[in-house]
Amino acid sequence: MDIFTMLLKLGSGMLVSVLIFVLTLLFSLPLGLLVSFGRMSKNGFIRTVTKVYISIMRGTPLMLQLLVVYFAPSIVFKLKVPAGYRFAAVIIAFVINYAAYFAEIYRSGIESIPKGQYEAAKVLGYSQAQTFVKIILPQVIKIILPSVTNEIITLVKDTSLAFAIAQAEMFTVAKQISAAQASIMPLMVAGVFYYIFNLIVATTMEKVEKIHSYYR
Amino acid sequence: MKLLEMTHVGKNFDDTEVLRDISFSIEEGEVVSIIGPSGSGKSTFLRCATMLEKMDRGSMSYLGECACVEEDGKSVYASREKLKDMHKYFGLVFQNFNLFPHYSVMKNITDSLVSVDKISKEEAKERAAALLSQLGLSDKADAYPCQLSGGQQQRVSIARALAKQPKILFFDEPTSALDPELTVEVLKVIKQLAKSHMTMIIVTHEMQFAREVSDRVIFMEDGIIKGQGTPEELFETDNSRIRDFVGKLSGN
Repeated sequence: MDIFTMLLKLGSGMLVSVLIFVLTLLFSLPLGLLVSFGRMSKNGFIRTVTKVYISIMRGTPLMLQLLVVYFAPSIVFKLKVPAGYRFAAVIIAFVINYAAYFAEIYRSGIESIPKGQYEAAKVLGYSQAQTFVKIILPQVIKIILPSVTNEIITLVKDTSLAFAIAQAEMFTVAKQISAAQASIMPLMVAGVFYYIFNLIVATTMEKVEKIHSYYR
Repeated sequence: MKLLEMTHVGKNFDDTEVLRDISFSIEEGEVVSIIGPSGSGKSTFLRCATMLEKMDRGSMSYLGECACVEEDGKSVYASREKLKDMHKYFGLVFQNFNLFPHYSVMKNITDSLVSVDKISKEEAKERAAALLSQLGLSDKADAYPCQLSGGQQQRVSIARALAKQPKILFFDEPTSALDPELTVEVLKVIKQLAKSHMTMIIVTHEMQFAREVSDRVIFMEDGIIKGQGTPEELFETDNSRIRDFVGKLSGN
């Protein structure tokens, strides 16, 4: 296999990795906010349920979660899974896992906003929804950006865990070519891909942080 | 007409009775200062009046509209919508300003006018600009709170409260977070407002200021009003506790 074919194959694997990355963020960021609300709920039952959920998601390996999401429907529940379920399973597992981490990040941010901000908003007549969307959330986002960046960078690398259920993303492809060619080259190329991917993520996030640096 | 009337107000935090049977009312144009030692319930009283805290006992009405009435010894509040609507009657200036750090000075003032009171953006901006120039902050309209001194921030927060054109303006220790020089700057603004007959209720530790600016001074301790009257009456009182307190803080 020449270099060009190899890069082409790795490139298509890369696309899958990027897709996992994008879809995971797209769903887990809003879901995480929802979970953080549950975690801070006045309702004790909701609070306990979300607490247990977060605890399990953070306390067990993502790879195990991938396997469970992928195999449980067919093996445990004897359901007939559709052909494309493999990719869906990857997204589901990543989303519920990352939502748990994001939920705790949101919570830390929300809880660090001084009570006075809520009180000022209340006296000025803002509704609860307006207070959250206009006053609280923008400040929360600024506070949590560094932690979120950390999480996103980890996610880039974690996409390679989809390997566990043979989803053909970049790492899986690189491993296959590497085994077939008895060469470490494809893995090195994959490493460079991940690195560049994360370099882009880090620079982008740095820019986003800069946009938010106009106030303290 | 009484702008605000509160009768037999009581408030507990767990087992501690913070407010015990306080009755209070204020007429239009009146300036009332509330003084008293820490933990006397001054701030809690203010927070009940501005609905940041719910009182347990007693009744309260703004301009004759009931915010809450007492039934079987318990305060029963009006509907949420009604209460929300009544927020237009008052403004509150906090000890720590509580400006929105991510909004410019202009937006701090105009945002609630536009998104809560549904006033047009242009009118809101005009109102804000007029207030800023009145408070000597015209050049700060585009600044962010973090770029301002404490005194400037407090003046912006006064402008933010005034922009809502409230009937009553509450101040919760407005100068406690400021150094003496900035304190003077903020007190000057409040005196200006008093001259223009703004109805104000001010919780403060600035005795000299309370004496100069108030029509009536209230001395609070242990959750009750222990004395009140014109500044002359209160500051020259025979009550040794009040004289002692006032004397200590005035540095006499």
